[in-house]
Amino acid sequence: MQGPILVFAESSGSEFRKSAFEAVTEARRLADLSKTEVHALSIGHKIRDQASSLGKFGADKVSVAEDEMLKLFQPDFYRQIALDLAKRINPSVILLPATSTGKDLAPRLAIYLNTVVATECTELEISDDDLIATRPAYAGKVLLKVKMRGNPKIATLRPNVFTAKERVPAISPSVESLSFEKPATKMTVKEFVTHGAKKQDLTEAGVIVSGGRGMGGPENYKILEELASVMGGVVGASRASVDAGWRPHSDQVGQTGRTVSPTLYIACGISGAIQHRVGMINSKVIVAINKDPEAPIFGFADYGIVGDVFEVVPALTQEMRKYYGKN
Amino acid sequence: MRRVPDTATRIKIALDGKSIATSDAEFVINPYEEYALEQGVQLKEKYGGEVIVLTLGPEKSTSVILKALALGADRAIHLKSENFPDDPSAVARAIATELKTVEFDVLLFGKKGVDDDSQQVGPMVAELLGIPCVTQIVKLDISAGKAVAHREVEGGVIVVEATLPAAFTAEKDLTVPRYASLRELVAARKKPILVKEPQQFPGILETISVQYPPPRPPGRVLGKGVEAVPMLVKVLHEEAKVI
Repeated sequence: MQGPILVFAESSGSEFRKSAFEAVTEARRLADLSKTEVHALSIGHKIRDQASSLGKFGADKVSVAEDEMLKLFQPDFYRQIALDLAKRINPSVILLPATSTGKDLAPRLAIYLNTVVATECTELEISDDDLIATRPAYAGKVLLKVKMRGNPKIATLRPNVFTAKERVPAISPSVESLSFEKPATKMTVKEFVTHGAKKQDLTEAGVIVSGGRGMGGPENYKILEELASVMGGVVGASRASVDAGWRPHSDQVGQTGRTVSPTLYIACGISGAIQHRVGMINSKVIVAINKDPEAPIFGFADYGIVGDVFEVVPALTQEMRKYYGKN
Repeated sequence: MRRVPDTATRIKIALDGKSIATSDAEFVINPYEEYALEQGVQLKEKYGGEVIVLTLGPEKSTSVILKALALGADRAIHLKSENFPDDPSAVARAIATELKTVEFDVLLFGKKGVDDDSQQVGPMVAELLGIPCVTQIVKLDISAGKAVAHREVEGGVIVVEATLPAAFTAEKDLTVPRYASLRELVAARKKPILVKEPQQFPGILETISVQYPPPRPPGRVLGKGVEAVPMLVKVLHEEAKVI
């Protein structure tokens, strides 16, 4: 494969996303295999001071486009900047995080570059000088290995699957500023309205405490919020509890919700229907708390407790409080 | 709109190891496109006009087209192809080619197909047509040639204004799809379906193999009720090393 690996290092505010570091780390691995370099692209506002930190994860070069208008993702602006850079450096591969931004931007680039995207990849390899991407389909019921004809190869990487690794010593990358001229557009990005104080998104969270039909009602999620807060995690939900109106759809884990892969997934009062299972099966460790010993969730959880969530969860919160107090 | 196996269906890999055996799967309208269709029908009920459904797919897609007509679409265009490449860029190019001959104000897609999970066709078609596209929307308001859409992103929504004609891809929260009555299902059979061949484009995405994900090693039940809690914390720390 000829040409550098271009990686879109997504930021949120004036910080890079964790998934940006994951993508840069993976780009470095591929670049070493194909003896090329890693060129990172950062688009945002007040991000330039952070740009060289991408060297810690293996970026040789960083191009930064900064403007007040680039603070929030605007498809036409971001596409234009990425496309101009891609045409200048002729990358062999373009990697983006499979975030809402990355998954919107990637197909737009692909159509302009006469290529296609491998979406939400969980593994990349280079074989016979070609990129082979592994990606889940049917919500993870199967894994596809795909190859793309044409160049560049574009892949989005599922957050939390690739590991961000700091290099010793760090590379000190060359940083260039890109000028931004506002292209013609028929879209105006008005504002970002936050869902609330939730710090992490489900797809990037390390710990998820999820509740299902067994929670009985929206008011009972308080005990899950408490456990999540003690463990530095966030709360998720099953389709049944979202359809019942107990939790917003943005909390839903499963085939018509989010696909997550946290370090620890604690399923409370969730039976483990296939719809839910496919959304969380790639969690590193799964814990199930359910009063029904026959619930399917016990068939694929690493650890289970058969019991009433209203007794077990508060006890677990207390125990975790003790644990984190000590460690 | 596309025809996909129901999300509760067990997916089987075909003998060639490169595709999915769908012979005994139950097929439905792709759920995200049901939210999109419902949005289209609601816009028609409010502002008038007509709802056209466009499907690229095999003969068998007729069943979901009829369902969409029963759910409120006025007519359908079926780009019929038994073995169109399984490649979102080829699909997008064929759809965009057809749409150049159709007049519309609002172009709605599902955010993704629940089969290939590719999430590419909507924004690709919009780029090919040179119209704005807001992806993953949970709310859409139309007035005076403009749309205001709420796009679901990590931690919140982004409010985007777009000039019509514009494309949108539907997230689950956009609408609650209605049910079709028996009378509507019968009436759907009288609505026009224009069947034609899609323009062919080469597939550039090639599936080399399909595999089942590796099974998880068997887990264990630590015990019953609150007595098992200290044990759970201990194994999470010492054995699983995740806390």
